[in-house]
Amino acid sequence: MGLEAVLQKDGFLTTTIDAIVAWSRKSSVWPMPMGISCCAIEMIAAADPKYDIARFGSEVMRFSPRQSDLMIVAGTVTYKMAQVVRRIYDQMPEPKWVIAMGACTSSGGMYRSYSVVQGIDQFLPVDVYTAGCPPRPENLLNALMTIQEKISKTKARDFKNRSLAELEHSQN
Amino acid sequence: MNTKELIIEKVKEKFSESVEEISDFRDDLSITIKKDQIVNLGRFLKENSDLQFIMCKDVTAIDWATRKKRFTTVYHIYSFKLNYTLRLKSNIDDDPPTIETVSPIWPSANWYERETWDMYGIKFINHPDLRRMYMPEGFEHHPLKKDFPVLGIPGSLPLPNKAD
Repeated sequence: MGLEAVLQKDGFLTTTIDAIVAWSRKSSVWPMPMGISCCAIEMIAAADPKYDIARFGSEVMRFSPRQSDLMIVAGTVTYKMAQVVRRIYDQMPEPKWVIAMGACTSSGGMYRSYSVVQGIDQFLPVDVYTAGCPPRPENLLNALMTIQEKISKTKARDFKNRSLAELEHSQN
Repeated sequence: MNTKELIIEKVKEKFSESVEEISDFRDDLSITIKKDQIVNLGRFLKENSDLQFIMCKDVTAIDWATRKKRFTTVYHIYSFKLNYTLRLKSNIDDDPPTIETVSPIWPSANWYERETWDMYGIKFINHPDLRRMYMPEGFEHHPLKKDFPVLGIPGSLPLPNKAD
């Protein structure tokens, strides 16, 4: 007997607000595609019909940070770019998550060099690191599923209420 | 007379005293010139009607680290008339290193010289706009110098604070 049959009989479900909110959040994680270099190509491939990131509710790539929940940092982050990445991250509304996609963002990768940040966790709170150079789309989808698992465990009280002044400060 | 012989003859005719070395390696002709004559030689190579090296393809430098003349600037110029790429070199011995700009002759050298300044710290005298090319403004070092550490100098490049 399916869910529809139950609902036809004026059935009802009991749950918690936290569970409903977390389920809604994890089912439509809108990514901010921070495609800085070659990893971006694999990120795009994850959105194509073959891998179809829409299966996980994340097909809406938002190029405005103000409409996104998840930042996929896909590519080498230089010290110059770090300022930009952080600025965009700050403009995303809470709650928000970060995927460090690929070796470069996770650790600097093969660019052991003065110009490249040796891991974006030096200035961003990373939730999931993705191995690979670049990672295959499956790997990115796996990272997304890990994020979804993480989101499903959250409760409303996990996210602090930021004051308006604080928000304005971080978005300017 | 082939192309290389023509170039060598024309250059020797006018700059016999300032040419330090002419080398021909794997069909690439390189002329090393005293640094105070680089602009004169450049202008001559561009304006001489038989040569017409009107295009500057690259300006870069070499840091020899231990040599007395520590830096060498390298210019690659091209003549459509001869279909030939010529390499000019100039050794610099002063500290801090300086050399006259060639950007009035070849405007394309403007950004190449900015890059060379950024990476090697060679000052191009009379350059119209000698700002850094790649590194951020306010950075104090020149990364391609041999005494610059590969991983950089901690704290020399600003990084945002860790977000919470």
